[in-house]
Amino acid sequence: MAQSKHDAIERNVFLMIVLTLLAVSVGGLVEIVPLFFQKSTTDAVDDKGNTLDVKPYDALRLAGRDIYIREGCYNCHSQMIRPFRAETERYGHFSVAGEFIYDHPFQWGSKRTGPDLARVGARYTDEWQRVHLLNPRDVVPESNMPAFPWLDRPLQAADIGAHMKALRVVGVPYTDDEIANAPAAVAGKTELDAVVAYLQGLGLALRNVR
Amino acid sequence: MADFISGFWNLYVSGLIAFGLLFCLVVLVTNTTSQGAGEPKLQGHVWDENLREYNNPLPRWWLYLFWVTVIFAIFYFYLFPGFGDRHSDPSNPAKERGLRAEYAKEVNAANAKYGPTFERYLGTDLKALASDPAAVATGKRLFLTYCSQCHGSAARGAQGKNYGFPNLTDDDWLYGGDPETIKASIEGGRAGVMTAFGGTLNSDQIRDVANYVRAIAGLTSDAARAARGRDVFASNCTVCHGPEGKGARSMGEAFAVLGAPDLTDGIWLYSSTEEAIVDGVTKGRNAGPGSVTNTMPAWKDFLGDAKVHILAAYVHSLGSNK
Repeated sequence: MAQSKHDAIERNVFLMIVLTLLAVSVGGLVEIVPLFFQKSTTDAVDDKGNTLDVKPYDALRLAGRDIYIREGCYNCHSQMIRPFRAETERYGHFSVAGEFIYDHPFQWGSKRTGPDLARVGARYTDEWQRVHLLNPRDVVPESNMPAFPWLDRPLQAADIGAHMKALRVVGVPYTDDEIANAPAAVAGKTELDAVVAYLQGLGLALRNVR
Repeated sequence: MADFISGFWNLYVSGLIAFGLLFCLVVLVTNTTSQGAGEPKLQGHVWDENLREYNNPLPRWWLYLFWVTVIFAIFYFYLFPGFGDRHSDPSNPAKERGLRAEYAKEVNAANAKYGPTFERYLGTDLKALASDPAAVATGKRLFLTYCSQCHGSAARGAQGKNYGFPNLTDDDWLYGGDPETIKASIEGGRAGVMTAFGGTLNSDQIRDVANYVRAIAGLTSDAARAARGRDVFASNCTVCHGPEGKGARSMGEAFAVLGAPDLTDGIWLYSSTEEAIVDGVTKGRNAGPGSVTNTMPAWKDFLGDAKVHILAAYVHSLGSNK
């Protein structure tokens, strides 16, 4: 009996494919699909359900985010404060899913050579960020972070409007006005301006919340 | 989870998990065979003319392991919210389980352990605290975590054309070095403003005053420019920096809130090169686009009273006037 079922499956490639797909999809159906239907992962709310002030990245921050990705900052910096006291003492409130609803893709990361950046926004001044990006040793002599001296050059972001349109398709609520004004918003800025604007906006929704 | 958009998703998860467990059980029961008497059975396949495969039952230890995993899964899913949400009850946070509850437990345990020490420090006078080695050691650890990025791990700050992070060890205080003032600086932050003179002075006047400032600081300067700069200084800079350029505090502690540095003491918040001074006078500090923010962030809400208190004592202990 059991033997004939084995036989039937092993001798019918199509049936085997269908059953294999069924078997491997169970994990995703249980662990991934329900996440699309949870308030805490789809709305701007904190872990207690309170509404958070999370806004889509404006044009300059979005451009800065692209540079953050281009330079591979995520290779050394996570953006995910875990719910452990040692982390929240240093960085602030642990990260909640609702803070990242406009991140496509999110920059959580898992490798920390440098510190976590989930709540670096407004922690240092703009000039600290500038000096530190251009040469970290100027302000932190012990730092082993690479210098990014080339960031002080004009920002090339002619496609920023198209980028925002694409993000709108996946659910970021940019208005037509915001998209139309995007090239003007980044005009005359440097890459450094963009990255600093991006960093200074990180994690403000739960800033100083303990 | 309480935050599903509808109750259906609890049933969905429970249903899939129950189905998975039942499926495993059915497969286990219907496929378990045991060793009969005589020759072992054959699979029935023949490969390469005469190669056959025995159809022996699973070793018992292996079979029992399967049972153990299925039984373990039932308990695991019961405790984990695998059979619907049984834990979150907004009216009873004590009943909550999961990450947030674990985190709260950890924080509460730490507060119980360290809280009394922090309370004792908070109740101690700042001057007394600054001479308590244990408190200073705690303060140093806090300083290295929260302050060293700008002020340096040795608290000596960093100076450049476009950035000035004060040295905290040199007894030269912009706002005052008594422990209460230091505490106020940490709590509320500081935003030192200097007007941008690029619009009111021409570039020659700015270069003149930069030379004058270098001259009163004892640095090399162009004598002719410095002489002309003296008048520019007298009519533009003395309101904040004082008539002799000795800084806001030289005019009385009431002016300390201005934070305008003493320009004669040879201690520089920003770079002391002529170019850097010209740049600073032209753009100002914290004076809109192009100027540096010249700001110390406020830490009261992030750190809380006790840590600010300990940090103020530590910073005070760095100076010679303990």
